[in-house]
Amino acid sequence: MKRLKPAFWDYRAADSGSFKSLFNFRRIWKLAVILTACVAIVPLIVLAIVDLNVTKHSTEDQITLRISKLVSNTERTVSFFLEERKYALHFIVKSNSFEKLIVKRNLASILESLKQTIGGFTDLGVIDASGKQIRYVGPYDLEGKNYRNEEWFREVLERGLHISDAFLGFREVPHIVIAVKHNLPDGSYYVFRTTLDTERFNKILSQLERTEKSDVFLINNQGIIQTPTAYHGDVLTKLALPVPAYSDTVKVVEYNNVDEKLLTVGYAYIKDSPFILMIIAQKDELMKSWTSTSLVLVSFLAVSITLILLVVVGVATRLVNEIYLADQKRVMTLAEVEHSAKLASIGRLAAGVAHEINNPLAIIGEKAGLMKDLLSLKDGNIEKNKLTGLADAILASVDRCAAITIRLLGFAQHLKVSVEMVDIKEIIDDVLSFLSKEANYRSIEVKVDIPENIPRFVSDRGKLQQIFLNLTNNAFAAMKDGGHLQIQARIKDEGHVSIAFIDDGCGIAAADLERVFDPFFTTKKEMGGTGLGLSITYGIVQELGGTIDIISELGKGAWFTVTLPIKRKYQEA
Amino acid sequence: MRVLLVDDETEFVSTLAERLAIRGIDVDWVTSGAAALEKAEMHSYDLAILDVKMPKISGIQLKTYLHERCPDLKFIFLTGHGSEQDYRTASSEAGVEAYLVKPVHIEDLLKKMNQAVSKE
Repeated sequence: MKRLKPAFWDYRAADSGSFKSLFNFRRIWKLAVILTACVAIVPLIVLAIVDLNVTKHSTEDQITLRISKLVSNTERTVSFFLEERKYALHFIVKSNSFEKLIVKRNLASILESLKQTIGGFTDLGVIDASGKQIRYVGPYDLEGKNYRNEEWFREVLERGLHISDAFLGFREVPHIVIAVKHNLPDGSYYVFRTTLDTERFNKILSQLERTEKSDVFLINNQGIIQTPTAYHGDVLTKLALPVPAYSDTVKVVEYNNVDEKLLTVGYAYIKDSPFILMIIAQKDELMKSWTSTSLVLVSFLAVSITLILLVVVGVATRLVNEIYLADQKRVMTLAEVEHSAKLASIGRLAAGVAHEINNPLAIIGEKAGLMKDLLSLKDGNIEKNKLTGLADAILASVDRCAAITIRLLGFAQHLKVSVEMVDIKEIIDDVLSFLSKEANYRSIEVKVDIPENIPRFVSDRGKLQQIFLNLTNNAFAAMKDGGHLQIQARIKDEGHVSIAFIDDGCGIAAADLERVFDPFFTTKKEMGGTGLGLSITYGIVQELGGTIDIISELGKGAWFTVTLPIKRKYQEA
Repeated sequence: MRVLLVDDETEFVSTLAERLAIRGIDVDWVTSGAAALEKAEMHSYDLAILDVKMPKISGIQLKTYLHERCPDLKFIFLTGHGSEQDYRTASSEAGVEAYLVKPVHIEDLLKKMNQAVSKE
């Protein structure tokens, strides 16, 4: 895991010293990964969802259409079967006289012909207007049976036709009855009936092309199963599903069965009969092809998303790492340049100190030289007081040198990081002591205005020295000989103190004001300006939790204000 | 040889003047540019030894004024630190014979003084 972690992951901007990294790499990485992944993956997911929905609906539509067609075709076949037999009965009664029909031999011959041609006929009977079966040919002894009170008989009289529900005959085989009424010229009538075995029905229905776990059968309008089913119960038992609502046309509906499985049900009411044709299939079985296709699509989507994520993470990591390395290089370069600038400023400081030390050294040299001159060149009488005076002057100059070196050592010591209780006045005096000679030579008047009420506070003394030294040097560089520099401190508010460096030097053009704190921005390139002084100062002030502002106009001097927080406790600093 | 010695360090300039006097040189010393100009008004000198860095009137400025008044006057510059800039400025000036860094050895100074005056 450690090996996979990119270099920038644990990087903290605080580690980078005064030149901070410009970026939060972890945030950039997260943003890059999230945005790129979103842009690449979201459309893919949306597309997949839309596609799945479209194909699902289209598959459902196809299934509905297929079932509708199947129901419609089957309904026609079943209807035709019943019609055929109904018309056969009509034909018989129309082509044979009543008298002929009631002759048993004739009726038996017709039954035989029917069995041999159309098929499915079990028996034939002739019932007179009183409901009595006056002639019967078939396997049972039903002659003389009176049907006057039977529901079906009343229906035949009313409607001229009756097709019964399936019922178990004496042979325990489901049968249906078809009966037609025939009016005679004398105004009387009789009913001609036949019993059909449902075997032919079942054959028609079982020959249909079906998908797995689908079922084609007939029910009556009470929901009693009329033909054998594969999954929905025995003949003459009640179907577990509700009887579908009446419709003239073929309908396809969905039901939840007892196992909570969705069923697609296609049905049609068969005209002039009590039958409803039912085609029932499990929806998930019908949708099998769509389910397998969508599974392939979802797997492909998952693989694609994984690949995209891997590529996005890889590319983002690589790019951010490149930015991180470039930024590290930039920070290192800036730190190096800052170091060189620091060395250069130390060099300038050293030159100033050398000059200051050289003066007392020159005095020592001259005094000692004079002593030697007196001893070697003058004869005899040398005044003791004269020699003592020269020795005293040498000692005074030595003290002066020592004072300078002690001050320099003190200053150098504080250039290191040292958080302590600081006194602004003390630090400014310290800084100015190094520049007083230059001020003196260049007739620059430095006025320090630090009121007694400025409190001591906790800060980094070395950094404050650097800030004040840089701003004073900057002001000196901007001023001509005889210029004026005013350094004033004020309590800005309860938690802040502001120190202003106001010079009457060359000032800064309005166009350059925004860029004065940018690294390498300088207007004094030909005079050896690195463009880092103010940039470094800006960085240090920020490190101390303060701010630096500038007000300036070309030719009218500059007003730099450093605002620092007054921290009372060491932990705050 | 009459010499005008100008340096803002009183202890230094007075002692150096005394050492030159011991060696028989006629020296006047002052501690500012203004005093030097006054002296030059009153006396004529062969050579002026000037400190480069002095308050108000610097050595370079003083040299310009003196050179205007006494075109024959020769100059030797003394400086606390030998910066490149000071050296270039001082040596480019007309009539400047030498540029010495403090502390100076009296023999070196005398040599330069003699060279400067003997050029006449």
